[in-house]
Amino acid sequence: MNQDKRIRTLVAKPGLDGHDRGAKVIARALRDAGMEVIYSGIRQTPEQIVDAALQEDVDVLLLSILSGAHSFLFPRIMELMKKKGLGDILVLGGGIIPVEDVPELKALGISEVFGPGMTSETLIKYITENLSAGN
Amino acid sequence: MDLVDGVRKGSVRALAKLITLVENEQPGAIEAMESIYPHTGNAYIIGITGPPGAGKSTLTDKITKELRRENYTVGIIAIDPTSPFTGGALLGDRVRMQGVSNDEDVFIRSMATRGTLGGLSRATADTSKILDAYGKDYVIIETVGVGQDEVDIIRTADVSILVVIPGSGDDIQAIKAGIMEIGDIFVVNKSDREGADRLVTEIKMMLDLSSAPRDWTPAIVKTIATEDKGVETLVEKIKEHREYLMESGTLALRRKERIRSEITKIVENEIFRYFDGLIAENRDIYDQRLEDIVGKKEDPYLLAKQAVEIIAKKISKKAGEYKGRG
Repeated sequence: MNQDKRIRTLVAKPGLDGHDRGAKVIARALRDAGMEVIYSGIRQTPEQIVDAALQEDVDVLLLSILSGAHSFLFPRIMELMKKKGLGDILVLGGGIIPVEDVPELKALGISEVFGPGMTSETLIKYITENLSAGN
Repeated sequence: MDLVDGVRKGSVRALAKLITLVENEQPGAIEAMESIYPHTGNAYIIGITGPPGAGKSTLTDKITKELRRENYTVGIIAIDPTSPFTGGALLGDRVRMQGVSNDEDVFIRSMATRGTLGGLSRATADTSKILDAYGKDYVIIETVGVGQDEVDIIRTADVSILVVIPGSGDDIQAIKAGIMEIGDIFVVNKSDREGADRLVTEIKMMLDLSSAPRDWTPAIVKTIATEDKGVETLVEKIKEHREYLMESGTLALRRKERIRSEITKIVENEIFRYFDGLIAENRDIYDQRLEDIVGKKEDPYLLAKQAVEIIAKKISKKAGEYKGRG
């Protein structure tokens, strides 16, 4: 009956695009992998996302964005994460993000960026491996 | 006890971390709750329950907004079900709480049931205490979508609000037995739908038929949560009910009852921990005996009795150690 530590994740949709099919598919896949998945809903500000990550004490933050505003929103999110002392949370990006933008996002502290065609197995493996390495 | 200190000093990070510690039943959780307990009792705990899709999350959002207008601070515990197959959970209540998600005096925590029946998760009561000790004026607990019998909320909240919606007459039929008895306040949400007035009448009739003597007649409030209609009245009723509880002395009685049932649960948990440990130490023997039981070579009752005897010995041994330490 002891409660094992479950992986808690936040799937968040920053910015103004309302396309959340992908985010929901990811949320469902993580749920089926035995994780607790908090879904933020669409059109979230960086402040809302970081507050949710803080309050929910998540291990992983997954940002899904299809609007092209990642280079504007991701830096703001990462800055707030650091400010609130959440530098230890694994942050992943996904959606429509050009390959040439990835290095600058990684430089911000985003661990990995996943594009279209990624399998959910890849993502789940990445999360479990990187969390166990980090802890 | 760093986290408890942090919570008392108003650190949101410590608050979130302490809830995780307690939810996972990690080492130090019980000690932390021991230090939290003396600081509880100031928050007023509102329970919101009802069938899936009734609008519990949206109502929670609107009630919180209303309380915030009066400058009260609010902690929210929103519970969603855990998958019985994978252990995973999709916690989506925040989606409906956008109106308050960016207010630093509102703390929202989503929790999965993790196998607990009854509409709450096992850590709900403790989380509510932690939010109380943190200094929240109100704690709102939103249960999972319930059916008939998930009434644990009355043992955790000061006021239980049952949210129902018009639709089919069968709705009311379906929830008549257990859950219809627990509402201190009934909310008929989505009351712009056809059948809302009939539903109000049905609830009234149900309440009139009740033979149990009572000083408080449950209020019935019609709301359209998405349009913010009726929420102000609902908050007024919550306060009226609170006054009734205080003046009649019922609040103290309820809280005593709550502690009584919590103690039972804590004891159960403690004993369960021993049982878990026992199984972990003797996994092979346990598996073999399970096989035998399935094969009717022995029966489960004997095994249970023996387990209890071993646990009792372990506990008395531990008690002896305590005594030895003086």
